[in-house]
Amino acid sequence: MPKTIEEINEKIKNGNVVVLTAEEIIDYVQENGIKKTAKEVDVVTTATFGPMCSSGAFINFGHSDPPIKMAKVWLNDVPAYTGIAAVDSYIGATELSESEGMNYGGAHVIEDLISGKNIRLRSTAYGTDCYPRKEINTYINKQTINQAYLFNPRNVYQNYSVATNSSGKIIYTYMGKLLPHFGNATYSCAGQLNPLINDPYYRTIGVGTKIFLGGGVGFVAWQGTQHNPEVERLPNGVPLGGAGTLALIGDLKNMNTKFIKAAIFTGYGVTMFMGVGIPIPVIDEEMVEYLKVKDEDIYVSISDYSVQRRNKPTFGKVNYRQLREGKITINKREVPTGSISSYQKAREIAILLKKWIKDNNFLLTSPVSQLPASGSTKPLNIVNEEEI
Amino acid sequence: MASEKLILDFPKNVVTKPIVYHVVKDFDLEFNILRAEITPNLEGRMLLEIRGKKDKIEECKNFLKKEGVQTREATQEIILDKELCVNCGACVSLCFSHALAINKDTYEIEFDKDKCVLCGICLNGCPVNALKSKI
Repeated sequence: MPKTIEEINEKIKNGNVVVLTAEEIIDYVQENGIKKTAKEVDVVTTATFGPMCSSGAFINFGHSDPPIKMAKVWLNDVPAYTGIAAVDSYIGATELSESEGMNYGGAHVIEDLISGKNIRLRSTAYGTDCYPRKEINTYINKQTINQAYLFNPRNVYQNYSVATNSSGKIIYTYMGKLLPHFGNATYSCAGQLNPLINDPYYRTIGVGTKIFLGGGVGFVAWQGTQHNPEVERLPNGVPLGGAGTLALIGDLKNMNTKFIKAAIFTGYGVTMFMGVGIPIPVIDEEMVEYLKVKDEDIYVSISDYSVQRRNKPTFGKVNYRQLREGKITINKREVPTGSISSYQKAREIAILLKKWIKDNNFLLTSPVSQLPASGSTKPLNIVNEEEI
Repeated sequence: MASEKLILDFPKNVVTKPIVYHVVKDFDLEFNILRAEITPNLEGRMLLEIRGKKDKIEECKNFLKKEGVQTREATQEIILDKELCVNCGACVSLCFSHALAINKDTYEIEFDKDKCVLCGICLNGCPVNALKSKI
C-alpha cells in the first residue's frame, strides 16, 4: 500500500512517525527486507555538506535618506551585483574582495552576516530625480536589512567525479590541492547520504520540497543549473558522475554558521560549504529499493584534472567504500584519497533533520512540480554569429 | 652537536646532482631524509634532518644556496584548530606520514603530532584555515 505525504504528516503530528537516516536504513532493509521496511519506515533523512560555488544571497538594504539607486555595491570590499531595483543586490559566494583578494570573498560576507557581524556597505550611483544620492558609506547587519535570502543556482550534485593529477607539478583546483604523479585523489560527494543518490529519479524531491538549508529551513526552487539527468547510470539508478542538481532558496537570517561556512581553496578562490538536508518520504517499496543504496553500490569515474580541457581523461571507476577506506588504485599505483566534503557534518545534519521531524518541528511537502527527468548539459562553443 | 630540519627545494637543473653526497662528505654531517619527492628533470623537494657541528651546518647551507638549492627551516609545529575544522578531509590525502587521518567511526579528523614530519604540505590545503604552523 503506497503511503501519501498527508498520511506521513499525520504520523509526525501524532508523534508516531518512524524516521531513519540514509545510513540507518541500510541495515534496516538488510534485516527486515523491502516489504516490511516500506510498511514500517515513513521517512529517511539524507544530507550533504560540501563546497558549492553556485551559491549566493539576495539582500535588500532598505532606503537611505535621500535615497540612492545603487549602481555599484561593495560589502566589506567584495563587489555585489546590483543591476536590479534600487537597493536590491546579489552577493555571490565566489566573488573576491578588492582589497584582500582570495583571503576574503562573498562567502565570508554571507557567513559574517549570518553570525550577526557588522558589514561595511559602500555604493556609488549616477543619481536620478527620484534617487538623487550618488554615494553611500555605511554599515549593515542582519538586523538592519530587510530581506536576506540565499538563492543558490546549483547545489546538491547527484554524484561528482574523483580528481587526480598525472602531471609533474602540484595543481590547485576546486577539488583541492592535487599532488604530482597521482600523489593523491579527492572526491566530494556524501555517497550513501547524498540526497539525489537516494532518490535517483527525482520521484519525491521536486520544486517546492521543504529542506534543511544551512541550519534553517529552505526549499527546492527549481532544477539546478547544469541539471544533467541523462548521465550513464547503474541499474540501481546511480549516475556515474555529476547528474541532477538543485536550485535552493532559504532565509539567511535563520541560518547557523555551524552548517554554512566560507571556504578558501588555495590558488582557486573562495567558495562556500553548504549544509543541506532533504527528507525522503518512503511512499512505496520502489522507494526502499533506492534508499537502501550504500557506499559500495555507488561508483564514480576518476578524472585527470591536470588536463586543462572540458573533457578530461578518466582512469576507470571506483566506489565510495574504496574512497572512504583511504586509498584507491590508479594505473597500478596506490593513491591516497581524501574527501573535500564533510561526511561527519552530513551525518550530523541527517540526524538533526531526523530529530526535527520526530519532534514535529518539520512537516514534509509534496513537490509542486517534478524535476526534469531528461535533458543534458550543453557546451559553450566559440563560433561566429553565422555559425551558431 | 646541533641539528636542524630543513626543507630543500631543488630546481629541475639541480635534481640530478648528487647534493646529499656532498652534504655528508664535505661537511661531515649526519642526515636523515624524512621526505623526498625528486624526479629527474622535474623540480624536487626534500625534508632533511641534519646533525653536526653548528658552523658546518651553516657552511652546508651556503653550499646548497650556491648550488641553486633553496633551503628553509621546516615548521616547528603544526596545529589543527578543532574549532575551525569542518572534518572535510581535504588534508588527509596530502599527509603522506598519516599524521592527519579520518576516524572511520566518527568521521572526524584526528591529528597525531608524533607522526607529523613537519613538511607543511597540508597547510595551504585546508579550506577553512584550521591547520596552522607555529615557527
